[in-house]
Amino acid sequence: MFDFLEGYDLLGAFWVTVQLTFWSALGSLVWGTLLAAMRVGPVPLMRGFGTAYVTVVRNIPLTVIIVFTSLGLFQTLGISLGADRFTTINFRLAVLGLTAYTSAFVCEALRSGINTVPLGQVEAARAIGLSFPQILRIIVLPQAFRSVVGPLTNVLIALTKNTTVAAAIGVAEAALLMREMIENEAQLILISAIFAFGYICLTLPTGLLLGRLAKKVAVKR
Amino acid sequence: MPDPETPGPKAPDPGTPGPKVPGPKVYGRQASAPGDGDALVVLRGVDKHFGTLHVLRSIDLTIRRGEVVVVIGPSGSGKSTLCRAINRLETIDSGEIRIDGRPLPAEGRELARLRADVGMVFQSFNLFAHKTVLDNVTLGQIKVRKKDRKTAEERARSLLDRVGVAAQADKYPAQLSGGQQQRVAIARALAVDPKVMLFDEPTSALDPEMINEVLEVMRQLARDGMTMAVVTHEMGFARSAAHRVVFMADGRIVEETTPEEFFGNPRSARARDFLSKILHH
Repeated sequence: MFDFLEGYDLLGAFWVTVQLTFWSALGSLVWGTLLAAMRVGPVPLMRGFGTAYVTVVRNIPLTVIIVFTSLGLFQTLGISLGADRFTTINFRLAVLGLTAYTSAFVCEALRSGINTVPLGQVEAARAIGLSFPQILRIIVLPQAFRSVVGPLTNVLIALTKNTTVAAAIGVAEAALLMREMIENEAQLILISAIFAFGYICLTLPTGLLLGRLAKKVAVKR
Repeated sequence: MPDPETPGPKAPDPGTPGPKVPGPKVYGRQASAPGDGDALVVLRGVDKHFGTLHVLRSIDLTIRRGEVVVVIGPSGSGKSTLCRAINRLETIDSGEIRIDGRPLPAEGRELARLRADVGMVFQSFNLFAHKTVLDNVTLGQIKVRKKDRKTAEERARSLLDRVGVAAQADKYPAQLSGGQQQRVAIARALAVDPKVMLFDEPTSALDPEMINEVLEVMRQLARDGMTMAVVTHEMGFARSAAHRVVFMADGRIVEETTPEEFFGNPRSARARDFLSKILHH
């Protein structure tokens, strides 16, 4: 029944998916945190930039962003992100596009977390003489992160599934392989089911694990 | 029948209006409180509005080194705002605030440095919820005063011991009672070696049986010579620990005198009205 799988590197394709997810998650966590810091910070220019970035990026379809990284950044502007093999260039462009897109959502999740930190925490931190960056780093963000593990899990699961869009610029991840297999084999339903199962295998444990983490790190008040 | 506005034997020339007398004031515990030359906190003509509400009306106040000033008054009189303005948790519209001779900076690193010199204890404790009691007390020492962790922990443990919660050092704030939390908050504020301590209604959120343990720590602090400004409704504390009582109403300092004088012989009708409401029930 599964003879047709012969000759396809199913695990390899999902491994690319995992890598895409990992690097994009890392990137969007860092960039999203910086965006959130800008949005709550005291500098009007940074606040304006953060707000504009989130508003614009959040409302553009991911496909448009991913295709732009390839057609716009690479083919028109010649930005290859320090790689010279096509597969590496496309992979890095996809990570860039996914990061740019996902960080807008990370920023907003985190900002809602920042709003759950009582003002008194900030006032107490000010009163002992901490500076704004210190307050954000030591007092506010750690508490904010703990309260948004749940929402960030949603973002991570969405990101995992969004990596399929990288197929649009030829990154050899799972969705690209699926398209190829559907074209070559007469097993449409079975192939779809296999890939659906593959994605569930990635996202379900993530959700369970982070759900447990959310409970564990929750700040008791 | 004596004129009620005339404060008895110490009254100045009857022609001079009572509470607004300029010039040197007589303080009951002048002996223990240093002279005017040693002003630590000085407010001059401080004004503040919340929208259309005029919460502070040209406030002049001087707190000298080693002095314990208790600010009392009806709610909404601006006493909390006054307290918070001293370390700029509230901005002011006009006027000047000086700490140890230096004007309060508007923002930035300078302000942070100055705030470390002004300890603050809040009504709602505001301990850092994600940090242990010990970390709450070491944080400022390490990040602001740049002490190494070992020195900071030693100091933190001795402070926690001093306020009587040494056994709770490794717990999280939510595991402590209100009274214990507030005592940790006092230790946290003391840990950065402030020149003056501000208390913004430190016992108002506490269960009655826990009020005394906090007040006792504050009394001890006062006996040790800490400069303190205390906003409170605890008249017993004002009587026993204050060098001076500042009575505020409607954003103004209405009366400023010794506790004996204030409780025994209040000059203004506003203060008499306030005292009659809180002392006889």
